[in-house]
Amino acid sequence: MTPLQILFILVAGVTLGAAFMVVTTRNMVHAALWLILGLFGIAVFFVLLDAGFLAVAQVIIYIGAISILMIFAIMLTRRIAQDVGSQISSGWGWAAGVSLLVFSGLAWMLSRWEGFHNQMPALDPGADPLIDLGKALVSPAGYVIPFEIASVLLVAALIGAIMVAWDKI
Amino acid sequence: MIPLSWYLIFAAALFSIGLFGVLARKNAVAILMGVELMLNAVNINLVAFWRYQRPDIIAGQVFAVMVFAVAAAEVAVGLALIISIYRRRNTIVADNIDMLKL
Repeated sequence: MTPLQILFILVAGVTLGAAFMVVTTRNMVHAALWLILGLFGIAVFFVLLDAGFLAVAQVIIYIGAISILMIFAIMLTRRIAQDVGSQISSGWGWAAGVSLLVFSGLAWMLSRWEGFHNQMPALDPGADPLIDLGKALVSPAGYVIPFEIASVLLVAALIGAIMVAWDKI
Repeated sequence: MIPLSWYLIFAAALFSIGLFGVLARKNAVAILMGVELMLNAVNINLVAFWRYQRPDIIAGQVFAVMVFAVAAAEVAVGLALIISIYRRRNTIVADNIDMLKL
């Protein structure tokens, strides 16, 4: 057991536990706070995978924006947040069955793949993934068209969200 | 060192937990949270495959960035819909939102 493996197991345990609390806890505000903890764990995994930009983006976009948006939505629908009684629908048994089936199916399928136990290859010491990512996102030979389409999609979604949530129609 | 299998199994478990949330939760906001967990599991997979299989090609990270953008758009529209429904129907329990049902 290297220290990195111990760190991985700790973070994975915390993240999965937080995710489990997100889907089972009764109080919606608590669920949103558990979601924030789980998203932090995933940011740690991005750091372990040498994707520093994605880790920062995870903290800014998911924790800074999406979670806050969730908490706002929970507060705006406040009566539901303090609902007494179960927040899990009565058919949760088959939902758990389907989830377990999906997990075992994925694990079985992945375990048959020959690259399953690959070790992490060393990064080319001359290459910086962050510089590569920045160049790829804005160079015409790279991904500038998908990048611009993603920004247009975001603008359209935000205008659409304002229109949908508008009070007077 | 950490083998690729650990990341893949972790992402599969996270995806399954999110799927359970989507299928079993009553509250529409909680269903969106389950979708977020599933999207994050997919992102972990994308970045892990990039790092372990082809770290020389940056496309894996670019694709994860696209997933971020689409997830942000999805949450904004989804929460706007939920707030709009709450205003009209006074409920966000997914079972009670059945206006399209005959």
